[in-house]
This record gives sequence, C-alpha cells and structure tokens, in this order.
Amino acid sequence: MVTTAASPRGAGTTPDWRTRLSEWTPILVLAPSLAASFVYVFVFTGWTFYISLSDSSLLPTYGWVGFENYVSLWSNRRWNIAYTNLFYFSAFYVVGSMVVGLLLAILIDQRVKGESIWRTIFLYPLAVSFIVTGTVWSWLYDPSAGIQHFVRAMGFESFTFALTTDRNLAIYAIIITGIWQSSGFAMALFLAGLRSVDQDLIKAAQIDGAGVIRTYRKVILPTISPIFVAVAVVLLQFAIKTFDLVAALTGGGPGISTTFPAIFVYDLMFQRGQIAEGAAAAIMMLVALAVVLVPYSFFIVWRRRREGRGD
Amino acid sequence: MIDAAYTDDPEARSAARRHIVNRVVIYGVLSLFAVVYLLPLFVVVFNSFRDLPDIAQRGLIAFPRSFSFRAWGEAWSTFCINGTCEGMRRNFFNSLWMTVPATILSTLLGAMNGYVLSKWRFRGSDILFTCMLFGVFMPGQLALMPWAFILGKIGLANSTLGLILVHCVQGIAFTTLFCRNFFVGIPDDLIKAARIDGAGFWRIFFKIVLPLAPPILIVTVIWQFTGIWNEFLYGVVFTSGKAQPITAALLALSANQTSVHNYDVMSAGVLIGALPPLLVYFFGGKYFVRGLTAGAIK
Repeated sequence: MVTTAASPRGAGTTPDWRTRLSEWTPILVLAPSLAASFVYVFVFTGWTFYISLSDSSLLPTYGWVGFENYVSLWSNRRWNIAYTNLFYFSAFYVVGSMVVGLLLAILIDQRVKGESIWRTIFLYPLAVSFIVTGTVWSWLYDPSAGIQHFVRAMGFESFTFALTTDRNLAIYAIIITGIWQSSGFAMALFLAGLRSVDQDLIKAAQIDGAGVIRTYRKVILPTISPIFVAVAVVLLQFAIKTFDLVAALTGGGPGISTTFPAIFVYDLMFQRGQIAEGAAAAIMMLVALAVVLVPYSFFIVWRRRREGRGD
Repeated sequence: MIDAAYTDDPEARSAARRHIVNRVVIYGVLSLFAVVYLLPLFVVVFNSFRDLPDIAQRGLIAFPRSFSFRAWGEAWSTFCINGTCEGMRRNFFNSLWMTVPATILSTLLGAMNGYVLSKWRFRGSDILFTCMLFGVFMPGQLALMPWAFILGKIGLANSTLGLILVHCVQGIAFTTLFCRNFFVGIPDDLIKAARIDGAGFWRIFFKIVLPLAPPILIVTVIWQFTGIWNEFLYGVVFTSGKAQPITAALLALSANQTSVHNYDVMSAGVLIGALPPLLVYFFGGKYFVRGLTAGAIK
C-alpha cells in the first residue's frame, strides 16, 4: 500500500504492474476491515450458535446435543422472568421515551428563549454511561437516603418511594431511569423532524383556521411519522441490549426479579459456567433483534422504492 | 402581541392573555422536566464536596453545608476497590489508553473504508457494505465467548491492548457507515476531474476527500470516544482488577459497599468517570447531536 502512495504519476508512464496494483488498491485498503467484520459478524455468530448446540459447560466443547440447550433455556424460570421483563420494559420504555421526547420537542419548537440551553439539559444524560446513570439513580431510589428520605424530611412522614427494594416494583425503577436517559434522544430526533416540515404546509393549515393542537395532530405529526418508526426501532434495540443499566441499578435483584436477557447471558457464561445455555440465550437475543430489524429494513426499502429514488 | 394588551379591543386583550398563559405553561413544563433531568447531576456534584456526617444526617438531596476536596483526592488515589487501595486513577488511565487509540484507529479505518465504498465502488461492494453493517446491530453478548477465546490465544486477555482490538473491530461498522454516507455526498465529478489530471487513489484521498471530511470526522470521533469510554460489558468480561476500565471499576466501587455507603467518595468517583464524555458533550454538543441523528435515521 505504501508503494502505491509513492506513485501518483499518470497511468501512461507507469509500468504495467503498477497500474494493476493501483487498480487493486481500493480492495486492498478495504480487505483488513472486511475480514475483521466478516469474522466478527459471521464467524462469531456461527461459533456462538454452534456452542449453543453443544454440551459445553465451563469451557467450549464440541459434543453435539442438538437443541437441548434451547429446551432447557425455555423451561428455565429465570429466563422466563428475563424475557417477561424485557417485554414489559420495552413497552413502557419505548412509549415513555417517545411521549416525553415528543412533548419536549413540541414545547421547544414553540420559539422558546434559550433553546440550546434546554436542549443541552435534556440531552446530557445520553453522553454519560449507563453505569454512571444507574449508580446515581440507585442512590436516589435508596429509601434511607434518596427521594423518600428527602420528601419525608419535608414533613410528609408517610411518603413511600422504595422501588428498588420491592421485587414487584424494581422494574419500574429501571423503566423510569431508562426513560430519563433516552427521552432526550427521542426529543433531538423529533425536533429535527419538526424543523424539516414544510412551513407552507403549516401556514396553509393555519389559514384554514386550524389551532395549534389541530395543526400538530393533522398536519405536522403525520408528515414526520417515519421518524416515529425510526426512534421506536432504535429504542427497541437499546431495550433488547439492556445490560449496564440493570447491572448498576439493581444488579438483577431483588432476588432475580429484574433479570434481563443480557444479564442472564452474562451470568450463565461467566458466573455459573453454563456457556452452552448462555450461548443459546445470546442467540435468542439475536433473534429478538432480527424480529425488530428485518421488518424495519424491508420497510425502509419499500419506502425508498415508493419515493422512486434508489440509493 | 404586547402592544395588543394596551388596546381596548377585548378580543385582542383575550388573545394576549391566552398568549401569556401559553408561555407560562410552556416554560413551566420545561422547567419541571429540567429539574428532574438536572437533579442527579446536582446530587453527585454536591455530594462529592460534602462530608459524610452531613450526608448521613440530611440525606443525599440537600445543599452542601460543608465543603472540601477530600473525597476527590480519596477517589482519585487512595480509595480501596477490589482490595487494592489506589483509587480510580489507574482505571481512569486504562480507559484513556483504551479509548484514544481505539477511537483514532477505528476513525481512520472508517474514513478509508467509507472512501472506497463511496468513490471506488467495485462489483459487489454494496453487498459487502451491507454485510459490514450487521456489525452495528449485533449484540455484544454474541461475541463474548469468541473474543474471550481469541484474546486468550493471542495473549491479550486482561489487557488494555485487547480491549482496543475489540473496540476497533466493533467500531469499524459505525465509522464506515458514518463516513461512507458523508462521502457519497461529495460530487463524483470532482473525483473524475482529479483522475483525469492523473491523481491516484491516495492523492485524491488526501487532497480532496480528507480536506472535506472534518465535519464527519468530528462526529465520528465524538461518537466513538463517548461510546468506547462508556462501554461496560467488554470491560467487565475481558479484564479484572487493575486492568479494568473505569466503568467496570465504578460498579466494583459501589458493589463493594457492604455496610457503610461512602457517598462522598463514590460521588467523586462517578464524576471522574463521567467527566470526559461530559466535557466532550458540552464542547462538541452540536456534532454529538448530528452523529446521533445520522446514526439513527440510516
């Protein structure tokens, strides 16, 4: 590659092997990344899939057991809790983040003063790690030092806010924190969408006598509907991969009540030495992602076709 | 609108009143949300300067009555995590030496890949690009076992170098996507003209494409830096103890607390871990948002 860099002369004066080498330069540049990506995406996935069909326990072994691990996975009570939590969390987290994000975007869109300050405030949680977010919120949820303590000290002695110590409520602590972290992301995308709406369209609606709410409902929001889909897909993806937030906030507890698929995989592979079943669970995570992303990519292709421009 | 308030027209006056009510509601709701969003930040900042008896007595949510940098010093260099009492200094530098090279490397590779995939397309290059994109979506859990095996084989287990490798390979998908989508917008005529003038692959890259690239390179660097700095799963799986990046150390720090919560030191520790990406965000916020939207919409 270095040799071709030194030969920027015209093709006519260069010897034949040089021209041919420079023809290959783009492919040579791409090759290492391609190889790495190929291994990362296909070989790693294939290998994990293979392990999920094997009798591995503490270390990878290659005795074939078929889909036995999947059977035992789906009869595992903890896995049941994990994917129930995932469904529950996904629904509340995605809808909640989008509702809050849309509300904030619409409010900011009303020509407020200090727009960039508001935006900075609502978006900063996205810059810090889930570990930081989860740790700090776990303090706020701590009944003896956080929000409950604060409100009680103001005189409301019977106020109770102890989500993380209750196995039925701990999932809500994760949902609230998740929404806190991600609604700024939804806001940023919605705001960009609102700004891209044709101003003439809005003016026409206003001339027709439509109020602000009606204009949003009938004119603006329908035109940015593709953004709703995009935001939902990205958030769903986050939800399926949720790991750090739970690890820092509840550690999967109390008991096993806030186990998530990603926590389950980690636990089986690196704490309990059941890597075959852990691999099966990881494959199920991939399946969940595919269920979200494959229809979405078809939707994108379909929309591009309809708009009549190829890319 | 304000002028209207002084007229005698009742309709104009009610419109003006409605306008004021609207404004109050808008700023009221925004402020309410702002309080919720800023609360955790203020809590950690305040508590990192308060002393423990004060925190124990009045809880975490309170204005500081005492003020000292002691907790910061302890968190940085003497606090005990996992049995070693060296604070988070080492983990902070682990994260730094992991994040900076991985960011630079993956961005450079992404820029070159994006250049090839947008301006030197060949048969099948679009399909290869699509295949690379799978890397963006793949859950890290799938790669845990294979990486653990490979890192062990090549002797990079429990090392920052190993994490650099892991983050580079995973990052290529993102950086290539960002750069490719940006470079597609550079007019092909520009490239063609340069080729007619006898410029080759590298000369076009360095003289035409790179000078146009800073906007996307900044976005990519910010995106990679914050992403790799904040990453936790690989850090906690592939390293332990002294070799851990700061995210993993932070969790160990708070998990360590069995009886007494050292909220002051932990607050300082959390801030030390959060500061680099926060600084990047506050100084490059515009680009951060741009990366977000570019990454999500595509």
